[in-house]
Formats: sequence, C-alpha cells, structure tokens
Amino acid sequence: MTRVVVAGAGSIGSLLAAHLARVAEVTVLTRREEQATALREQGLRVSGRSDFTARLDATTDPAALPDAELAILACKGTDLEPLAARLKGTLPGATVMTIQNGLGAEEIVAAHGEWPLLSAVTFMSGTRHGDGHVEYVLDTATWIGPYRGTTEEDARGTAELVESAGLKAEAFADLRPAQWSKLIFNATVNGVAALTGLPHDFHFAQTEELSDLGNLVRGLVDEGKAVAAAAGVELHDDPWEMNVLATQRGHRHFPSMLEDVEARRPTELELINGSLVREAGRVGVTVPLQTAVYRLVKAREASYSE
Amino acid sequence: MGTGAVGSLFAANLSLLDDVEVWAFDLNELHVAAINRDGLRLSGAGDVVGRPKATSDAAELPQCDFGIVATKAMHTESAITATAHAFEGGCVATVQNGLGNEEAIAGHVERVIRGTTFPAGKLLGPGQVQWDVKGDTTFGPYDERTSLAEVERLADACRRAGMPAQAVEDARGSQWRKVIFNASTNPIGALTGLTHGRVCERPDLRALVTGLVDEGKTVAAAQRIELDADPEELIDHAARKDVAYDHKASMLQDVESRRATEIDYLNGGIVRFGGEHGVPTPLNAAIQALVKGVEASWTQS
Repeated sequence: MTRVVVAGAGSIGSLLAAHLARVAEVTVLTRREEQATALREQGLRVSGRSDFTARLDATTDPAALPDAELAILACKGTDLEPLAARLKGTLPGATVMTIQNGLGAEEIVAAHGEWPLLSAVTFMSGTRHGDGHVEYVLDTATWIGPYRGTTEEDARGTAELVESAGLKAEAFADLRPAQWSKLIFNATVNGVAALTGLPHDFHFAQTEELSDLGNLVRGLVDEGKAVAAAAGVELHDDPWEMNVLATQRGHRHFPSMLEDVEARRPTELELINGSLVREAGRVGVTVPLQTAVYRLVKAREASYSE
Repeated sequence: MGTGAVGSLFAANLSLLDDVEVWAFDLNELHVAAINRDGLRLSGAGDVVGRPKATSDAAELPQCDFGIVATKAMHTESAITATAHAFEGGCVATVQNGLGNEEAIAGHVERVIRGTTFPAGKLLGPGQVQWDVKGDTTFGPYDERTSLAEVERLADACRRAGMPAQAVEDARGSQWRKVIFNASTNPIGALTGLTHGRVCERPDLRALVTGLVDEGKTVAAAQRIELDADPEELIDHAARKDVAYDHKASMLQDVESRRATEIDYLNGGIVRFGGEHGVPTPLNAAIQALVKGVEASWTQS
C-alpha cells in the first residue's frame, strides 16, 4: 500500500488525509498533540459530500514520520516556511506536493530539501468541525502538475491516487496556467471579500450599476490577466468566468481571507495578492486596483492591534 | 431641516437673534419635544440655549426666507420634498457633506445656496448637543438665480449669531476641498479600521490616499474649480498627534455601528462628476464599490 504523509490538518489537509486513508496508509502531521491523539484514537470523520470515518495515524514529530512515497503539505500559506523547516532531513523517499494558494509555495519548500516536488491547486472546500471532523462542502477538483524533478507522469500518478480515494483531481503538464487562473481569482475574490465582509455571492458578478461590485471585480481580474499575459502565462480558465460560475452555485462560500480578518488572524495576503502585485512590478504592468486592495488588506491586518 | 449635531448648531445659534425666527424640522419626535419643552442646548465650544420652534410636521412650517438643509446626504431628497412648500419666496442652503445636495434641492425650490461647513459636534440626547469645533462656513450662490446679496444676508445672520461664515461668488472651491479630503480619507479608515493618523503613517496607504486626492483634483480642475486649500496639506496636518491622529473617521464609526454611509455622495460624487467631464476615476470607483459592498454585507444573514 502506498504510504502518504499529509502535513497540516485544516479543512483541505483533513479532506485529503481522510479520503486517501481509504486507499493508502496515511500519517497526519499536526502541530498540536491533542489533535494527533484525537485522530489516532477516534479517526477522522467526513460528512457532507462523503460520509465515513477514516482510520489513520497521526503525530506531531517529523522524525516519527514513516518513509512515505508522497507527502502533501496542506498547511495554510502563512505556516509553510516553518513547516518546511521542520521537515528538513525527513521523508527521504518522498515526492513533496504543495497545495497552497497564491504563488511561491514550491520555492519555499525547495529551499529546505532535495525532494522531488509537485505543485497543486485545489478548488475543493470543507469546513472543520473540531479536531476529528471535517465537512466536505465543494467537491471541485484539485489540479496537479510537475515542479522540480518530476514529470507529467508523476503528476498523473498522484492525480489517479487522489481520484481513487474519492476526490476529484486532474494532472497537467504545466500547472502555471491553472495556478495563475486561481491566483487571479483568489487575489480578487478573497481581497474583496475580506474588505467588504461579503461571502462570495451574487454581488461579485453584479454589473448593472456603475458602482456595483462586479465592475470592481472585473477591473481587478483584467489587471491580473494583463500581468499573466506579460509574464507569458496563457491562463487555463478565465478568472472572471470562474467568478461568475462560483457565484451561481447558490452556495455562499466564505473565502478564507474573510474568515481570517473576521477572526483577526494573519491572512495569506502575501502569497496571493502580494505575489500578484510583485509579479506585476517584475513584468512592468501597473495594477492600481490590485495594489489598492493589497494595501487595504495589509492595513486591515495592522488594525488588529488598534 | 435635520437637527442632528450640525443642524442643531445652526438652529440654536440663529434662534438667539432678535430679528430671526427659527423653525427646526426633524423627524425625531423625542428630540422635537425636548427642544420645545427645554430649548435646544449646546455645550462645549459655546454654551447656548436656543429656542427654535421645533416640529416633525412639515405642514406647520410658515413661509420662510431661508432654509438650511443639514440632514445626511441620503435624506436630502425626502427632507426637501417634505418642506419645499415653505420656501415659495425663499432660498434654501445646504450645509451637508458631499456632492449632489444642491442639485437635489434645486429640483424642488427655485433658489439654492451652496454651503460647506466645518463646525462639528454630536447629539448627546434629545435637545442636547455637544459642540466640539467652532468651525467656519462658506456660502455661495448655486446658480444665477440666487444673488450674492441674498447669500450675504444669510452669512451675516450666522456671523451675528456667533458662527463664523462668509459669502463668496464661487463656493465650489471650499466644497470640493472638503469632499476630496473626506473621500480620500474617510473610506480608507472605514475599510481598514485605522484612525486618521495610522492611515497616514503607512507610506503605502498614504500613497493610495494621494491617488484618490489626485483623481478628485483632476475632476475639480476639469470643472475649472479652484480649491481654496490643498487637501494634501490638510490631510497631513490632521494626522499630527496634536490634531486628529486618533480620530476615527465618521464613516468608520458608521461602519462599526452598521449605519448607511455617505459614500455615494463623496467618492460616488467624484465618480459621477468625473464621468460627466471625461475624467477617469478608477480608484474612487473602486473605493465606492468596496464600501457599498460593506453596506450590502449587513443585510446578509
């Protein structure tokens, strides 16, 4: 049986770990001992679009991890650097896959080890209900592509493993077109949601009146597309169409950045909006609206200390 | 019309004059009853007990020489619709925030005065207002139907009542200076939760403020409006620790208590006039859309 390590048991990590435990030997690396204990003793329950309880192993000690073939780093972007540092020197036989929002996760991990690397972006979503229970909300796909020392074949193998576990996945020869589509989508939707307090709902696609939010969303997306074009990336999906489709699902999704500012937690702003604004500067495209959103959310984080 | 803090300052002070009869029109019946019973009491920058006649019933208003609209900008239309009958021979001034109030009033009365006022205070309770900033007021004719002499008559009454005021031929310079200041700083405070001083000490955010100011200045220039002061200097001045560093913009206070904001009359006004004069205002439009999004989020479950 394939051995898989999932580092990070937030909603995405939990969904991956629980499903993969049906077809592989899964060990979850958590930060908190009590969560590891709960997972070992009670298993991990999935409700929503799947309904089962997975048996899996869990530990807080990177040195105790088995020699897995695949390690998925599913922590929040803001926690990736310390996680990668803790994994240094472990998992000698593993291919490591990042699945964070934004750009730059692969480079962060690459700096801490020689593992072959896969990139992934995911569109599925879930909600954690305590340490041993995750609700599977959106069953949209995870996209996987090669990054360092891996091939499209490796990406396909991993996508097939994820699919066999009951989740949706797709392999790509080059993930950048998909990753950039999601980058632009996230920078726009997460930023606007965090600033307005609105879940990703119909307001984001509304364009009848001049002051409707959809006009701003479209302006932000257009800036992102201009950056992608200047960076030589042909987008896999049009982020505006992704936005419209998502608002038509009838499910009011609360983007993580909105949940973060409401809970006064650090957001993934730097990996998402920061990456996009810095890429714009690198390729010489001015992005005044994306820059404004980036600065406003950054200032919002600074206001936590008011 | 509208006796919140600013309207009360005008009503109470003007009612002190022997040759002026003041009526206070307000929909808050508790406030009206308290004014009629105990007078309209100001404390702070001046201690005044005014005796305007207060009513919530527009039909009670007699024919007046002057009207002063002091409601929030989103209530201009309903306030003037209710009271226009009292100004058949009179002239109505606005001392409200934002752009578009004059146009709304001019839809109902013949002669309109543009006004920009800087006094500030807050309503403490029915009939009681704290007067924080003495502040001056600049009045000017809205169009050629109003004479400067008539404007001067109103300004003179305000001055005699202890409120600094001046009449000028073109009051747009003062109005746009204040609108640009407010539109470039208030929503930034509202969206970030930061006080004025903390907005200004973050260089990246201060640069966004300048981006908004520049759009406003360009729209003003396209209408040949000469600002009576540079909003940039006023913004930096207000950011000083001894001035308004710790001030939470009124729009931030509105957002914190989930009250409708004046965004459509500030940034929305700049966007609208920009559109009419071919000046692009993408940043002001973005800020307007974001604050309207904040307002929309309150009606979500």
